[in-house]
Formats: sequence, structure tokens, C-alpha cells
Amino acid sequence: MAELAAVIASTHHPFFYRASTSTGRDRPPFADEWVRKVEAFRETLTRARPDVLVMVGSDHFHQLWLDNMPQFLVGKAPYYDANFYNEQREFGLPRMLLHGHEDLSAYLLREGMDAGFDLAMSNELRVDHSITCPIITLRPGNDLPIVPVYTNIFAPPLPQPKRFVQLGRTLRELVESWPGNQRVAVIGTGHLSLELGGPRQFGPHGPDPEFDARAVEWIASGDIDGCLSEVTLDSLHAPGNATHGFMDFMLMMGVAGAGAKADYVDTLDLFHTMEAYFTWYPNGAAGP
Amino acid sequence: MSKYLVDKFLFTVDRDPELVERYREDPAGTVAWWEAERANRLLGCHTGESSTWQAFEPGEREALATHDYPALFGLGAHPFLTLTLFIAMFERDYDEPLGFQQEYARRLSHHSLPYPDIAT
Repeated sequence: MAELAAVIASTHHPFFYRASTSTGRDRPPFADEWVRKVEAFRETLTRARPDVLVMVGSDHFHQLWLDNMPQFLVGKAPYYDANFYNEQREFGLPRMLLHGHEDLSAYLLREGMDAGFDLAMSNELRVDHSITCPIITLRPGNDLPIVPVYTNIFAPPLPQPKRFVQLGRTLRELVESWPGNQRVAVIGTGHLSLELGGPRQFGPHGPDPEFDARAVEWIASGDIDGCLSEVTLDSLHAPGNATHGFMDFMLMMGVAGAGAKADYVDTLDLFHTMEAYFTWYPNGAAGP
Repeated sequence: MSKYLVDKFLFTVDRDPELVERYREDPAGTVAWWEAERANRLLGCHTGESSTWQAFEPGEREALATHDYPALFGLGAHPFLTLTLFIAMFERDYDEPLGFQQEYARRLSHHSLPYPDIAT
């Protein structure tokens, strides 16, 4: 069977690419520290020696629209073009092309439906910065095939938080039952407290540092029950109007497992939001 | 209430560079043209099929036609769509990084939780 080589949960900050590649007067003062932290985080994936990446993210009204909005969607295609005009315009993100792993996509779709998730499917999916940001930060060579998994954290009505956790558990079971001997890393990105298009946006820190501290503790300690006891679809409005993206972190807690302490934890307090990076090695860390 | 249609306007204009500029320069004219020519277009149909019933409420039309993003927030337009499009149109007019985004927050500062419902 395949091996779950690493589980990685991260924020996806679309400004990292521009900050990390800018020079001279254009380079923000926090860029060097940010790059150092990202490079250390990248090493945690490199050490796991993955063959294929399952990438959990959320479309930001790019390809998926309100006339036909899936709650959970798995891509099944040989290639995924990536990043959109408005991401190039606002964040300076480059157009990219990712390889797909159709066999694993087909397996996750079939077995996922049989396990109780009526997953939507796409044979032609252009992925956005929720998936390209972790490629840029964690695997900038973009040399591995992926399976994209999209969640709806954006267009109400949303699935309940516990459904994200359950999908994470199911994804782990499916990866670990996939015939073959490939090493799979599951990488998911979301947000801590975040406000976009509201009165608390773009402050000197994230809109709710107290929520962020609790969230980091839940994730780092694998405290799924504690997290589920406090987080509801209604409660997530309080830390910031885009904080429902935290549910992708909850999905990744489901992949890592209840009580699973993260092997690597790092954060960076930036204007506008807090960056957070977590890695688990379910079968122990790979050798150097 | 036609929150969906307001979101559809923001979504379709934001993804089209020419429409972004046209809406910046001529908001009332662009909104009138879009409501007449584009509002009913089914985006997922390759044959150009259309709906027959889409129309803005007067307050929605007015908010879009006057670039009134605080009013759009109050009407429950999706804040990510509004923010993204308005950054594309107006960030260029500010000298300081994030100058527009911070003014945007200030102009919404009279809102407290719970914010207007964005469900469509």
C-alpha cells in the first residue's frame, strides 16, 4: 500500500511570491525572515521524499461559481493550468502548469464516494493560489504530480466543520489503502483569522490574535475535539469574515489524526494575517 | 433581493481586463449595459443560453453605478468579490502601499458584528 509520508498544513499567503522575489527598495522589511521560515518549512517536505502530492485548497471564485457550486471536488486530469488573470494582476503570481496524477484521482473519487462523500469531479480544472502558493513555498521545482481537492469555504451554505475533519480522516484512509508503494504527502492550506473586504482588513496583525493562538495550539496538539467544541459556522464570523478558511486546517487535522502532535510548528506574525506552518510524519521522520 | 446578480456583476467584470477599465471610467453606463446585455447570460452553457428574469433591485443598481462599495457591503455583496475588483480599479490612485485597502476598511468602520448576510 501507499505510504502517507507527510501531512502538511499551511496558510497560503498570495503576497509571498512577490515579497520573496522583490529586491532593493521594493523588498519589504519582513521578506528575509519570511523566506528563512519558508525555506525551513520546505525542508520538512523534502525530507519526506514524496512521489505524489494531494493538495487541499479552495477556489476563490475563479473557476467555480454560484451557478454550480460544489462543496467538495476532486480534480482528475493529466494537467492543471494554474493561477488566474486577477491573481497575476493583484499578487504578481506567475502562470503555472502542474502535472496531475489521474490514477490517484480516480481512486479517491471512487473510494471517497463509497466511503460516504458524494464528491464532485472536474476533468479540466485551473487551480488558483490556494494550491500554487504551497507549490511555490514547499516545492518550487514543481516536479511532482498532484491531485487537487477543493473545499467550499467561501460560498454559503458551507459544510459543517466536522465534515471537513471527517473528509480529512477519509482522505488518510484512502491514501493508506491505495495499492502500490508510492509515498504520498497531503498538503492543505487555509487561514487563521482573516478579514477581507470588511472593516478589520489589512491591520498591523491578523484581526484576532487570540483566536490565532488558540488555533495554533489546537493544530499543533491535534486537539480535534477541543477545536470542534468551539468552532461552528457561526463562531467563525467573529475572528474575521474570511476565517471559514480555517476549516481547511481542520480538514488537515483530520488527516493527521486525533491527538497527533505536529512534528514541526512555526508561525510568523505579519500585517493582515498570521502565517502558520505545520508538518506531521505519520510513520516517523524520514532520514536526512 | 438579487444579491446573486450583484455578485455575478462583480465576478464577471473582475475577470475581464477591458471591463475592469470600462467600469472604472463609466460606472453607470457599464452597469446599464451589463444589466441589459449580460445579466441573463448563463456562464456555464457553451451554447449561449440565457435566463429570462435577472434584474437588479434599485438600491443594488445605484450602489454599483456609483462605485459605492460601503453600500455593497451593506447589501450583502460577497466582500471578496467587491474587494478584489475595487483594488483593481482604485489601488493605483494611492501612493502608499495598502493605502486604498486601509481607506476601504475605514469607510466600513461603522459596521460591527454580525455583518450583513452574504448567503445567496
